Amino acid sequence: MARFILRRLVGMVAVLFAVSVLTFLIFNVIPNSDPAQRMAGKQATPELVASITKEWGFDDSLPQQYVTMMRKVFSGDLISYEGRENVDEKIVEGIPETFSLCIGAAVIWLFFGILFGYLSAVRAGGWLDKTLTVIAVTGISMPVFWLAAIFLNYLTYKTEIFPSGGYVEFTTEPIEWANHLILPWITLAILYAGFYSRVLRSSMLDVMGEDYVRTARAKGLSEQRVMSRHVMRNSLIPIVTLFGLDFGALLGGAILIEGIFSLEGIGQYAYEALKNTDLPPIMAIVLFGAFFVVLFNALVDIAYAYLDPRIRLGASANG
Amino acid sequence: MAAEPIAATGPAASSPWRLALRRLRRNRIALGFLGLFVLIVVFVLAAPLWSHNVAHTGPNDTHTLQKVEVDGEKRDVVNPEGQPIGPVWFGASGKFFLGADGRLGRDEMVRLMYGGRTSLLIGISSALITTALATLFGLLAGYYRGATDSVISRSMDVLWAFPVLLLAIALGLVLAVGGLQIGPIHISGGSIWIPILIIGVVMVPYMARPIRGEVLSLREKEFVEAAVAQGAGSLRVMFGELLPNLWSTIIVFFTLNIANNLLLESALSFLGVGVQPPNASWGTMIASGNDLITSAPLLTIIPGTMILLTVLSLNVFGDGLRDALDPRSKVRLEAHAGMAEPEGTAV
Repeated sequence: MARFILRRLVGMVAVLFAVSVLTFLIFNVIPNSDPAQRMAGKQATPELVASITKEWGFDDSLPQQYVTMMRKVFSGDLISYEGRENVDEKIVEGIPETFSLCIGAAVIWLFFGILFGYLSAVRAGGWLDKTLTVIAVTGISMPVFWLAAIFLNYLTYKTEIFPSGGYVEFTTEPIEWANHLILPWITLAILYAGFYSRVLRSSMLDVMGEDYVRTARAKGLSEQRVMSRHVMRNSLIPIVTLFGLDFGALLGGAILIEGIFSLEGIGQYAYEALKNTDLPPIMAIVLFGAFFVVLFNALVDIAYAYLDPRIRLGASANG
Repeated sequence: MAAEPIAATGPAASSPWRLALRRLRRNRIALGFLGLFVLIVVFVLAAPLWSHNVAHTGPNDTHTLQKVEVDGEKRDVVNPEGQPIGPVWFGASGKFFLGADGRLGRDEMVRLMYGGRTSLLIGISSALITTALATLFGLLAGYYRGATDSVISRSMDVLWAFPVLLLAIALGLVLAVGGLQIGPIHISGGSIWIPILIIGVVMVPYMARPIRGEVLSLREKEFVEAAVAQGAGSLRVMFGELLPNLWSTIIVFFTLNIANNLLLESALSFLGVGVQPPNASWGTMIASGNDLITSAPLLTIIPGTMILLTVLSLNVFGDGLRDALDPRSKVRLEAHAGMAEPEGTAV
């Protein structure tokens, strides 16, 4: 088990390293984007550009620049090209807004996803199943930013039911905090709730056809006990996997939702940095996001290996 | 159930494809949504017809300072406050059917039709790229295993770990500036091939993983052993034996992938890194409509509804296809965990 965990950890670091190299390469093949030129401004003298180039190390070899940048990411000394602020501090500032958005939305989507999926599977083929399926598939099929724009127009601008975006600290005014986040939460949750309910429904239907469920019924267990102890326990496995991936990816920034609801979280910061082709923040945010994806992925794998030794033995085939 | 056609047409009728087709034909809902998708395709294909014969204007033609006669009354296309004319339906014999799109006074209906062409073209082309690459990588990794599998699977892990939207935006920004040079072919920055390639590539891991999984289990089957015993080479086994057994999975993935890619295209275009102005796509139309959402909400609602209907029709049809092709629903979970994964477009 310890060896398995160790191997996963080494794999995590390798993936993060590859992600950082890839990011670095993407932004060093952009034509016409000499950062020194941009930082010097429009009326730059060649001397100014040259001094900025030297000061920021843009004349070093690419591997050298990469190493310098990575060292700064991890020591917290990374400075952005635009605005010249400390990148790591800026990301830390964005954490409360991004995490509030993601955690709140996750609670809503897990609750409704599991509830709808369960009801659909138990009543498979009935009208309740059909209605819930229509709702779920519609939820999956909407562009999220579009739904957000429409919610904002009709529930905020026109009727003023909800405040128009922005963020209030949880510690100062918890009620206003929730009030400001309800719309972003719901918008984000609709998509995932629809998706999770579909996955849970098909997973439950598969499990309900298994022999051990028949055995459980045959030995006279109550329907409730069969469902909770035998069906749900096994059907939730794919939900756990998905949740690990989705939640990890979301923490890396909900770019569209944060943008539309004016939440100044990590996603918003990422988008501004991308627009300015400002490599330092992009690098830090990509690593931050990828870290959570990889971490949750590894946690899910380790949890499985703990529960099912067969996975541990066949670990090398684990994609 | 429907036993009589078997007797009537003989043994050929029981081939898996025919059985699947028969199951699909019984699924009214799936067929209904396929019909909806076909209608949408016809709608966007009719763009030049509407543009030349009814609206008499192109998708990028501006009419800012012009007037249009609606039911005998002259009206500004864009009024002095910058407010575009709303839907006039057939009041101007088809001109500005859905009104104008903003300050530039372009015909919203014409843009909706041409924009739909662009969106669908991107969705379908990128899905073809994703499907081809994912099938190839899945086959190679699952068949050869060992080092080949490690290289492919680890590369997929890297793409997977990359937040999809961030990666796509980064690539979109980079390539929109400089274009792309692949050997002798140069693609300019504003070309719609840029979003097609980006979307096609970033979605590969989501499809390659489940396909690889299926190849891993298929290659242990007796028919592969039999082919090898007959002296079939690797290529022959992969493409002659394994690939035909993957078709049903691939077709389902392809359908759902188009839906997903349409959503990703709309998100990228909304953020300005997909389809470049002045060209329309449903995503760019939502973006420009959103600036006027309080005064002219239809400019946002209509293109978004088109995306919703298209994606919905593909999702429902794809589900029906899966049920028809694999009634035991074995691929169902993997397919869901892999393909319908909305992560890329979600946020």
